[in-house]
Amino acid sequence: MNAIATEVTPVTPRKPWKNTRATLKTATINGFFSAVLATALYTFTGLDGILGWYVSFIISVMVVMAIVSKVTGNGKSIADQVAPVVISAGFATVMIPWISLIGTVVQRGVKGIYTGFFTHDMLVNSMDEPLNVGGISHAIIGTLIIVGIATIIAAPLGIIAALYIVEINGKAARFVRFLTQAMSGVPSIVAGLFIYSTVIITVTHKNNAFAGSLALAILMLPTVARTSEEVLKVVPREIRDASYALGATQVRTTLRVVLPTVRSGLITATILGVARVAGETAPLLLTSQYFVRFTTNMFNSTMASLPTYVFGALRTGTENSLARAWSASLVLIAIVVFLSVIARLLGGRSTGRK
Amino acid sequence: MSDSISTDSTTESFVPSITPNVASVTTEHTSRNAENLEVNGTTTGLEARGVHAWFDKHHALEDVSIHFPQNTVTGLIGPSGCGKSTFLRLLNRMHEFIPKSAMAGEVLFNGEDMYASHVNATDIRTRIGMVFQKPNPFPAMTIGENVLAGPKLAKKKVENPDDLLEECLTRAGLWKEVKDRLKAQGSSLSGGQQQRLCIARALALKPEVLLLDEPCSALDPGSTLRVEETIVQLSQSMTIVIVTHNMQQASRVSDYCAFFLSDGGPGRLIEADLTTNMFSNPKDERTANYVQGRFG
Ligand SMILES: Nc1ncnc2c1ncn2[C@@H]1O[C@H](COP(=O)(O)OP(=O)(O)O)[C@@H](O)[C@H]1O
Ligand SMILES: [Mg+2]
Repeated sequence: MNAIATEVTPVTPRKPWKNTRATLKTATINGFFSAVLATALYTFTGLDGILGWYVSFIISVMVVMAIVSKVTGNGKSIADQVAPVVISAGFATVMIPWISLIGTVVQRGVKGIYTGFFTHDMLVNSMDEPLNVGGISHAIIGTLIIVGIATIIAAPLGIIAALYIVEINGKAARFVRFLTQAMSGVPSIVAGLFIYSTVIITVTHKNNAFAGSLALAILMLPTVARTSEEVLKVVPREIRDASYALGATQVRTTLRVVLPTVRSGLITATILGVARVAGETAPLLLTSQYFVRFTTNMFNSTMASLPTYVFGALRTGTENSLARAWSASLVLIAIVVFLSVIARLLGGRSTGRK
Repeated sequence: MSDSISTDSTTESFVPSITPNVASVTTEHTSRNAENLEVNGTTTGLEARGVHAWFDKHHALEDVSIHFPQNTVTGLIGPSGCGKSTFLRLLNRMHEFIPKSAMAGEVLFNGEDMYASHVNATDIRTRIGMVFQKPNPFPAMTIGENVLAGPKLAKKKVENPDDLLEECLTRAGLWKEVKDRLKAQGSSLSGGQQQRLCIARALALKPEVLLLDEPCSALDPGSTLRVEETIVQLSQSMTIVIVTHNMQQASRVSDYCAFFLSDGGPGRLIEADLTTNMFSNPKDERTANYVQGRFG
C-alpha cells in the first residue's frame, strides 16, 4: 500500500477510442481522391446538376474507401468501411427535403415578421396591405384556445382508453383498441364534416370555435390513446405486483403507482397529440372558420386560428397576402417544433432513472 | 381479472384430497417455537392443505400440504419450474392476478382459510408481505416514500411516519446506508440495497408472515449476507418462507426445508423436515440427490 502511494507518477488522460491524427490523415487522403474521382465521374458520365454531384461523390467515396482499406489492410473489412458512408449518405438524402422545406418557410416567412406581427390583429387591416401593418395575435391566441380545449377533451379520454386497454384489459379492450386504430385513419376533413353535421347543423346552427375544438379532439384522441398505450405497456409487471402485494387495490395501484411512474410519458403522448392537430386546416374551415380579431366567445362566434389565417391569406392571392401566409406558417411551424422539443425533453427524462 | 380465481368453476370435477402425502413438519421434533404450533385447537402460522395450482389448462402444482409454524423460517428448495414461486404466490393470494389461473385446496392463516369467500384478499396481502426475485422499488418514489408506500396504498393510518421509516429501514439493515438520502430515488441504490429497501417496504405494514422468492438471486455475496442476517433477525417476530436455489443459504437461514420436484408433470412436495434432517439424512432418495447437488 505505502509503496504505491509514495510513487505518484503524473498520468495524462487519453482517449484511445477517439480518432487519432493518423485516421484524420487517412480521411483527408480519402477525401482528396474521392473528390478527384467524383470530378472525373461528373465530367465523363451523363451525371448532371447538384444531384449528379451528390451521386458521383458518394460513389467515389465508397470506391476509394474500399480500395484504401484493401491496400492498407488496416484490419477493418471493406463492408465495415463502406457501411458508415452508405448510412450517412442515406441520412443526408432524407434530410434534404426536410431542410429545404424548413429553409423555404424561414426564407419567405421572415420578411413579414415584425414585432407588431405578434401583437396586432386584422380588424382594421386587410390581407394585401403592406407587411408593416396588421398581425396574427388573434390567430395565435385562437389556435392556442381551440387546440387547448381540444386537448382538455381528448387527452383524458385518450389516457382513459389506454388505461382501459392496458390496466383493466376488460372484455372490450380489443374492440377499444380497434376503434382507436380505425379513428387514427379518419381523414381530417371527415372529422370536420362530422362535427359540422352533428353539432353545427343540428345544435348550434352557426359556426363556432368550440365545434373546432371538438373536431380537433376527434383527430387527437387516437394519437394520445395509442401513444399512452405504448407508454403504459412499458411499466414492468413487477412494479404492479409489488403494489398488489402491499394490499393495494387495482384502482390504487393504477393511480398511485402506475400513473406516477409514466407521468412524463403521458405528457409526451399529449404533446404529440397537440402537434398532430395544431396545423389542421380542413376541419377548422368547416367549424371555427376565421374572424378578423380575437374573441372570447367560444360558442357563438367563429374564431381565427393560424391554419385558417394562412388559408385566408393564400386565397387573397396578392404579393403581400402571400407573404403574410408564409410568415404565419413560420410561426405555426415554430410552435409545433417547440412543442415537439418539449415532448422529447420530457420523454427523455423518463422516471426510473434519476 | 379477479373473476378467474374460481376455486369452484374450473375445478369442479376435482375433489381436493388432503390426506395422501401430507408432508407436515409439525409433528415430531422440538423446534425452538414448538410451543406456538397449536393455540386453542387451531393451527397458528400458515398451513397449506391439498393445494393445487393451474395456469389455464397447465397443472403446475399438485396436492401440496405443509405447515409453516409461527416465527420459523422455512426454505423452499427444488429445481427451476417445479412450482416454488407458484406455491409462494398462492400463500398470499397473488396467484389470482395471473389471467386464467385457478387453484384448489385450502390455505389456513391462523386457522382460517384465506380462500374462503368472505375473506378480503387485499387484507390478506397486507398481513402477508412478499419480496420478489428482482428488486422492484417504485420508480416514481423516493427511498422514504417507497418504505411508507404500503400503508399509503392499503389506506392504513400511520401514527408516526418518521419512526416507522427508521424502524423498518433498521430492521431491513439499511438505515445506516440511506439515512442521509431518504429523498433520493429508490432506483439510485445498488441492487442489494434495493432488495433491502423492498424488505423494509414489506415490513412497514407489520406483516405476520413474510414470503421471499429467491431474494438474493440477483445480489452479490456481501449483499446476500446482509439480507440473510436480516431474515434471521426478522424470524424472531414473524413467520418466514423463503424460496432459494442456494443450498448453503437454505442451511444457513432456515429451520425447516421443503423440497419440491416436478417429473415433467405438475410440481409436488417431495419432503419437508427440519433443515438439519433434510441435509443430513433425507428420507427420499431424490431429496438426497438434490441437496447433494447431483441434479437440478
Ligand atoms: N404466469 C404463468 N403463466 C403460465 N405458466 C406459468 C406461469 N408462471 C409459471 N408457470 C408455469 O408453472 C410452473 C411452475 O413455475 P414456477 O412456480 O415459476 O417454478 P419455480 O419458481 O419453482 O422455478 C412452470 O412449468 C411454469 O412454466
Ligand atoms: Mg421461481
